[in-house]
Amino acid sequence: MEEIIKEVVIDEQEEYTINMGPQHPSTHGVLRLVVSLKGEIVKNIEPHIGYIHRGIEKMCESITYPQIIHLTDRMDYLSAAINNEAVCLAVEKALEVEIPDRIKIIRTIISELTRIQSHQLFWASYGMDMGGQTCFFYGLRDREKVLDIFEETTGGRMIVSYNCPGGLMYDIHPNFQKRVKEFIKYFRGVLWEYDAILSGNVIFRERTIGIGRLKLEDAISYGITGPSGRASGFSCDIRKQEPYSAYDRVKFNEVLYTEGDTYHRYLARIEEMRESMNIIDQLIDNIPEGPYFVKMKPVIKLPEGEYFQRVETARGELDVFIKSDGNKNPYRVKFRSPNFVNLGVLNHISKDFKIADLIAIAGSLDFVIPDIDR
Amino acid sequence: MLLNTISNALSTLSEPWWKIFYDFSSLTQAIDEGLRSSLSPFWAVTIEMLIIGVVFLLFYALIGLFLVIAERKVCAFIQNRLGPNRIGPYGLFQTIADLVKLLFKELIPIKNADGFLFNLAPYIVIIVNFMVLAALPYGKGLHAIDFNIGIFYVIAVSSMSVIGVLLAGWSSNSKYSLIGAMRSGAQIVSYELSIGLAIITVVVLAGSMQLSEIVEAQRTGWFIFKGHVPAFLAFIIYIIAGTAETNRGPFDMAEAESELTAGYHTEYSGIKFAFFYLAEYINMFIVAAVAATLFLGGWMPFHVGNWEGFNRIMDFIPPFFWFFGKTFFVIYLIMLFKWTFPRLRIDQLLTLEWKYLLPINLVNVLIMAFLVLMGWHF
Amino acid sequence: MDKTQLGEFVKSVNPDAAIVEGKQYPEVTVADTELHSLAKKLRESEDTWFDFLVCITGVDYGDVFGVIYHLRSSKHGHMIVLKTKTSERAKPVLNSVCDIWNTAEFHEREVYDLLGVKFNHHPDLRRLFLDSSWGFPLRKDYVDDINIVSK
Repeated sequence: MEEIIKEVVIDEQEEYTINMGPQHPSTHGVLRLVVSLKGEIVKNIEPHIGYIHRGIEKMCESITYPQIIHLTDRMDYLSAAINNEAVCLAVEKALEVEIPDRIKIIRTIISELTRIQSHQLFWASYGMDMGGQTCFFYGLRDREKVLDIFEETTGGRMIVSYNCPGGLMYDIHPNFQKRVKEFIKYFRGVLWEYDAILSGNVIFRERTIGIGRLKLEDAISYGITGPSGRASGFSCDIRKQEPYSAYDRVKFNEVLYTEGDTYHRYLARIEEMRESMNIIDQLIDNIPEGPYFVKMKPVIKLPEGEYFQRVETARGELDVFIKSDGNKNPYRVKFRSPNFVNLGVLNHISKDFKIADLIAIAGSLDFVIPDIDR
Repeated sequence: MLLNTISNALSTLSEPWWKIFYDFSSLTQAIDEGLRSSLSPFWAVTIEMLIIGVVFLLFYALIGLFLVIAERKVCAFIQNRLGPNRIGPYGLFQTIADLVKLLFKELIPIKNADGFLFNLAPYIVIIVNFMVLAALPYGKGLHAIDFNIGIFYVIAVSSMSVIGVLLAGWSSNSKYSLIGAMRSGAQIVSYELSIGLAIITVVVLAGSMQLSEIVEAQRTGWFIFKGHVPAFLAFIIYIIAGTAETNRGPFDMAEAESELTAGYHTEYSGIKFAFFYLAEYINMFIVAAVAATLFLGGWMPFHVGNWEGFNRIMDFIPPFFWFFGKTFFVIYLIMLFKWTFPRLRIDQLLTLEWKYLLPINLVNVLIMAFLVLMGWHF
Repeated sequence: MDKTQLGEFVKSVNPDAAIVEGKQYPEVTVADTELHSLAKKLRESEDTWFDFLVCITGVDYGDVFGVIYHLRSSKHGHMIVLKTKTSERAKPVLNSVCDIWNTAEFHEREVYDLLGVKFNHHPDLRRLFLDSSWGFPLRKDYVDDINIVSK
């Protein structure tokens, strides 16, 4: 096929570009946004990424399957356990290994705790971006309780590397159930305060309602999943569509709104925290006895073919695509990360809003930059 | 000769020494007479002015020091943590450590900046603050300049600080500073109106612009109680407009660090930045002091009608304690605002002023005038 | 629609397509010139309605490059996999599907950046993570003595 070369023309008149540099207090990481302004109105945003590109996909081609787990932790580090789960499920599906219930239930509980702590960090940093700096301290203080639970069981606070092909790395700590139950009881009583401080505050509402509206067709066309997509009405929760681990035996609601503005993206995450607590409640008392690890071969070789696993991280849909040619190293691993796709819509929904709104919108899409760059 | 004047001064004191705290005018009279008796009037006045200048410099520095550490402690209290507590007892010497650090910092000269204006801007804000501080009544007899247009002078002079802000932004020769200075300037100028109208409400109630008379008129009751509804409304509007005027609290979009990295004072470093920083805190002190003077009775103690015993206990506390107590209470309120609320966007800020506060203020002035006419105040 | 019905639909649009009833989702392999029209049909027809482009994956097969599209329908809930290969390795070119799904913009830029496959009619085809001094790292014949340790 012949190549059709197209020139890209940028309109330079009357536009004033500023650079929200790789180092900026509110872009949550090394993201560079070149913003073209007309006065205070944003006309065009061009994200420049790649500052933390580590070549994870290329690295995966030269390591074994259990070693990929430790790389996936570091992609979206706030959903580390869920990223691990994705690769483990893909490998277990390829090898057709039957996973006992105990492992599934523990995996689900850890994933939901991960989701809660990720949304807590979102709330804390979003409040801080909006100017209510107190939210940062309150949110992170409660997040420490979840991180303490993780540390006791897995050894790591945020980068857990807990799931592995065949089960879990270690069994849960004897205190695990008790501490999780205590935390759920405490956090349920405190979550209404989070709501009240920001959602009920008139200044916050003025700054977020009606800003950055994302319509349903655009959400689907741009592939926005996770709470950002569900706030626009896109029913994309993989835990409901293709249930994995223990999600087929718990009842929970998918949090859907139709307005699709910044406020509802924020609300969707607060509601999701409640739903996560409901899921944990249903599972924490009935963890069945059993092994925490299924014996696998020392060298894992996937049969030839292509395997695709979708999981729901705290930010959206993470897909792992593994193409194997029968060796112990995969031939090609591709991670479809939710933040990478969500970044594509930033330009579209920020058009014709003010620069202060850009902070609100970028914060509500909840980026984790290492996930964009991989 | 110096010893002569001091001994002359002290000998004219006819009361026990602790009564000074209740009425500083005896001390100031004594010093005045002492100086005039041994020097020519020109030198007497000059030395008095020097004394007042030095006292104010010390006062400015001490208040600035105290307010910085107070802010950090109040912030920590709301955020459920301890503030600075390593340096000095309860962290009280933290500001001194910060000041020493800022003094050591390099004053980075900007290549393409307008040198003279760049250096002038911090001094303008400081000078304006001094001019305002001189006119406030700190206690009985502690009133440096008692104009008959006292409060009008205060508003007029404090408006000049916007020049310092705009100069800082313009002469920094940087996109971010300019945007920040423009926003700041627009905000300050808009909220001047609300402050002025709120103050006019009180002037209508008091019948005079002279600060000492306003304070005297509150001897029987603070204006916030005397003028009930319109005075209370004016107090609230004044607090809101005051925090907006000083670029603080929920109105600090112009220097919000997550938006435009410090706004108009981005390019300043070292002692010049310290000036802007201090000036912001002293501005807040001025706003609170004026609020305390106009609405909360200045240095008047809290009397309740005919409760003689209660009133005498209240009188026991010296007047300048009352003044500073009220001022710090208002400062505490202003600090709480900053750490509780998210920020308003710049256009929402201006909408708040022009579409909401200004009409409410105008109506409030009318109501107050009507009240005074009909004599429906206490 | 289930797997067989999808297979029949694709065959009716494009008789040359090779269909494999894969383990999870039906896999359709088409020639590179026909991908765009098949994708458009899959997107627009009421029975299939594949409006959600889940993932575009670039693969280096050794002799040519391939691109794999995972599509999903938000209305019907089924998924399909489209595969295509470029015709040559030296100058790999494919047609862009940005006009069908907006999300393809970033995905195709990534494939271009890491593998070197160009997409015609892409609105803004530039390097994404790396700058022009890098080659195309995800290719199997990429050699970098300094940064890559090969056993």
